[in-house]
Amino acid sequence: MSFIVEHGPALAIAVPLMAAFATPLISRAGGRARNGVALLALLLTECILVLLFADVLSSGVRVYTMGATIPSLTSPVGYPIRIILEVDAMSALMALVSVTIALAVCIYSMRFMRSRDGMGYYYALLLMITVGMLGIVMTGDLFNMFVFLEILSISSGAIIAFYVNRGEASEAAFKYAVISAAGALMVLLAVCFLYGQYNLLNIGALAGVMQFTFLDKIALVLLVSAFALKCGAVPLHMWVSDAYSEAPAPISAALVVISQASLYALFRVCFTLFGAMPVIGVIGWFIIGLGVLSMFIGVTMAIPQHDIKRLMAYHAVSQTGYILLGLGVGLAVLGNAEAIGSFGIKAMEGAIFHMVNNALFKGLLFLTAGAIIYRTGTRDLNKLGGLAHAMPVTTCFFIIGMLSIAGLPPFNGFSSKILIYESVFMFSPVLSIIAILVSILTLASFVKVFQSAFLGPKRREYKDVKEVPVAMLIAMGILAFFIILFGLLPDLAVQWLIEPAAKALLSQLNYVGAIV
Amino acid sequence: MISLPFLAVMVIISIGLSAVIFRRNLVKIVMGTSIVASAINLFIVSLGYREGGVAPIFTGAPTLEMVLPTPQALTLTSIVIDLAVTAMMLSFAIIIYKHYGSLDSRKRRLRE
Repeated sequence: MSFIVEHGPALAIAVPLMAAFATPLISRAGGRARNGVALLALLLTECILVLLFADVLSSGVRVYTMGATIPSLTSPVGYPIRIILEVDAMSALMALVSVTIALAVCIYSMRFMRSRDGMGYYYALLLMITVGMLGIVMTGDLFNMFVFLEILSISSGAIIAFYVNRGEASEAAFKYAVISAAGALMVLLAVCFLYGQYNLLNIGALAGVMQFTFLDKIALVLLVSAFALKCGAVPLHMWVSDAYSEAPAPISAALVVISQASLYALFRVCFTLFGAMPVIGVIGWFIIGLGVLSMFIGVTMAIPQHDIKRLMAYHAVSQTGYILLGLGVGLAVLGNAEAIGSFGIKAMEGAIFHMVNNALFKGLLFLTAGAIIYRTGTRDLNKLGGLAHAMPVTTCFFIIGMLSIAGLPPFNGFSSKILIYESVFMFSPVLSIIAILVSILTLASFVKVFQSAFLGPKRREYKDVKEVPVAMLIAMGILAFFIILFGLLPDLAVQWLIEPAAKALLSQLNYVGAIV
Repeated sequence: MISLPFLAVMVIISIGLSAVIFRRNLVKIVMGTSIVASAINLFIVSLGYREGGVAPIFTGAPTLEMVLPTPQALTLTSIVIDLAVTAMMLSFAIIIYKHYGSLDSRKRRLRE
């Protein structure tokens, strides 16, 4: 047990990585063996991460030096020279969420993907996506973060184009690949700026010696804009609608957590790397601006859509806006200890909680959209109707997801949105009012989807439609279970999951102290 | 003082980015990202260059004082990643050409 915890950060990345390269081979032995291996690898990773999370909660930041004889020996010559994985409560929480969604996606894909060819590669790419996400959230090294970002971009780009027989899928994937390549190269440029000045790549060590020169500010701007681009904030959201709607439905759910990984990177860079910068508040205001724009433009673009997945993709942009709003408010008051204590930390908790919740309910909604597509073969809302008669369980899951994304109690969307509303109201009432307005528009838009897809008389062309297979229901059930759990017990979730994460982000010295 | 390699890097990055943004041919967009990647590789290498330094090759080094090989390691990794990204984007371009018979980015089918 202690071995697993001690080597947890490395094992959590190594297990899915090995499984990813094994699946195309095992695929030759048959589909069941391959599915089993992929599922087993993800379950194992999930177990490792649960142990790691419990350990981080009880004994603080855990560091792992790759290739060292003693994993906790970070700086043998006075400064860190090896690649160091560093897991604090925030990293552990995001890793746990990523793997949970990946697990649901994997279970769902077993029945959803009816293609016979290339399924070995499908699972390999899905596992590589998991590796990329875990790597980004657990690494303590900036260059390593770039490497994992590229692993994530390459594998998700390839899997978006999984239906190569459709030209649109390749088009969406091309767009996604160009955008993420450009973004990742800007990250690399920023990393080089920092390395050139301080001869360091480690986030903690860099944060300890950072002088906030002009070049550092350029690096910060490059990093913030690259990660905002990767998470689909508004002026750079044009890839989101195409990529989410053209990817296979379970992968759309995974793409939500992929965006969360870049949001995590944004949090880490702003709070840990540049947290001590005197003018960080300006960046906070910039992120608030991005957040408000994303919320509002995302939801207004969603309303006229009649392709169900495209509509949900725009809602993903809109929900990202909420997270950016909370993050921005936390960042704008970072220098002011009194404001942080009274509402800044609440805004950050709201943002982090909404990241978790968004992954859950957005994932669930994309999976229900997949269920509709699986049975009817169309994504066009104008052609759908009356599905509630034939698919009652899917309808229930859709209602749960819909009410949760609109922020109605007793679902988890409400618990995180109320945290954001309250804290942002103390910062600036106007922003809070915009956030509430966007929630109402979200509900309006989803009522439209619900009405046109599920309600109404049975349609003749869908008379053979029945409930989706059990595996898909289980996958949706896992997400729905957590949605209701976090909705009914929000104080416990905040106390055990969210608050340690927010505190970990604010206590920059702990993160630095674990390295030097 | 701005040294010449850094100036060259900035010029090449702007050339690459302008190709990504303004070119309409998909292959030229891919070339643009590749040019940016090469420029950044050049940047890392020129960052790591030390006047009179000893290359970090253990068997051939005259003294044990050597240059820290991190920039070289970064460059190698970045070259490999760039290769993978370029190959993937080019294969997308091939598939798009097969479907639509054109590489012009204005003639795509995805609606907004």
